[in-house]
Amino acid sequence: MKKRLIASVLRIFILALFLIGIFSATAFGQTVEDPIFRINRLTVLVFMIIFSSAVLLYTTWARKGKKLFVRKIPGIDAVEEAVGRATEMGKPVLFIPGISDIDEIETIAGLSILGRVAKITARYDTPLSVPVRYPMILAAGQEVVEQSYIEVGKHDAYNSEIVKYVAGEQFAFTATVNGWMMRERPAANIYMGAFFAESLLLAESGNASGAIQIAGTARPEQLPFFIAACDYTLMGEELYAASSYLSREPLLLGGIKGQDFVKVIIIVAILLGVVLSSFGIGSWFVDLFRVP
Amino acid sequence: MRKTVPVIVAFLSGFVMVVSFFFNPERTFIGGGQEAVLQWVTIVSGFTLVLGVFSIVRVNARAVARRSKGWFYKLLTVVSVFAMAIPAMLPVSKNTVGGKIFFGIFPDNWGTLFGTGPSSIYDWLFTYVDQPMMETMFAMLAFFIASAAYRAFRARNAEATLLLLTAVLVMLWRVPMGEAFLRLFSDSFPQYINMFVMNGFNVAVQRGIIIGAALGAASMSLRIMLGIERTYMGKG
Repeated sequence: MKKRLIASVLRIFILALFLIGIFSATAFGQTVEDPIFRINRLTVLVFMIIFSSAVLLYTTWARKGKKLFVRKIPGIDAVEEAVGRATEMGKPVLFIPGISDIDEIETIAGLSILGRVAKITARYDTPLSVPVRYPMILAAGQEVVEQSYIEVGKHDAYNSEIVKYVAGEQFAFTATVNGWMMRERPAANIYMGAFFAESLLLAESGNASGAIQIAGTARPEQLPFFIAACDYTLMGEELYAASSYLSREPLLLGGIKGQDFVKVIIIVAILLGVVLSSFGIGSWFVDLFRVP
Repeated sequence: MRKTVPVIVAFLSGFVMVVSFFFNPERTFIGGGQEAVLQWVTIVSGFTLVLGVFSIVRVNARAVARRSKGWFYKLLTVVSVFAMAIPAMLPVSKNTVGGKIFFGIFPDNWGTLFGTGPSSIYDWLFTYVDQPMMETMFAMLAFFIASAAYRAFRARNAEATLLLLTAVLVMLWRVPMGEAFLRLFSDSFPQYINMFVMNGFNVAVQRGIIIGAALGAASMSLRIMLGIERTYMGKG
């Protein structure tokens, strides 16, 4: 009840601030040359309202108990299997939440998945190692892992060295992790987050060490490397859906369904744009989506 | 309290970022909110550096004390941390903080060794040790690409064969000798590869992934802002 109230208040707060902002901007000195409110970004605002409404609507339906179907994602299903394999072999699980800082949404998605993975490793008493590149991720990662161990009643098994700061340099980080992989031979390597040039270095070393590998990133330029070197790869949106999928919480799954609904709108808009442009009358429609 | 405060902070930070996108930063206070939040992130990151140094020293020093496997390399890591940090933090002249005391004990010409300027210890270590090691790691990527390509391009089934053929065409087009070979068939052959494979199929698939990822990111941001998703704090 209390949560619902907070959520409702927040929603009203957002809407009210937007309306106040738009009206105040219009009323006080809004000029074409030097605008207060950027009218040319109005399409983004409209899209944002549609998107937020869809996500909140599906979340509300999920809260009311409506069954939501989410397709199977083999890469996420494989996480438990990979940890199980590590448990049987008595070897550790390596988890890398990307190499970006916490201001990157992919890193936050990685930390969310880390929480789920840590719960599984804690349940099975499987050693977990989480090397990180930024101190801020160190603090957040330690909090996430400790909380997961507490939630499965294994706080005694938690060790603050599970999450460790390795190096701030991209390739120093990679060299340390690769060396650790070849020495310790983890049974499962999970890479979830933002990766750059080191993606293939990590994945190929992991492959050479004989680990089962699951990767997830939203960077299209790194995906081919992970696909070539890992057993399972979560592509783009699957990374963001992973923690909700693993939790199976209706509230979180509602967000994914809302996202799918907006995807349908985008597909329709693309098709409409193609048809209009093909007949030479689509320039106004295309201009709607230009964001200065 | 431990649950509510982070949710409120996440909401306010996200909200400022979103709202400031729609307002002119030169004419409104809220328009500059995005920059202010990013500055805060930088400031907080600076403080957390201490945590990082503490972690790296603690983990490695413990391994050295226990004489665990590879302890010598861990000792080198700890020594390297301080070898880079301490000379960079020492005063470069009498006018800098602590300079009067330091140069009261040591000769003045030692100043050039400290700080991060040219000819400093930090600069020397960075240029002649750190950078070559980073470049070596990056250069190894070429070998890893070859081994990954060997595995990915094996013609095991129809799809893999199609991938192999496409890859061969693109690789030929990317090198001058290969391009010359392709021109033997038709002068516009390389252009067709660029048009259909790279700017056609490749861009279409990449855009599909980008649109999906952007929606996923937006959906996750919204869930975080509204406190629905709290898994990033280990809760839920």
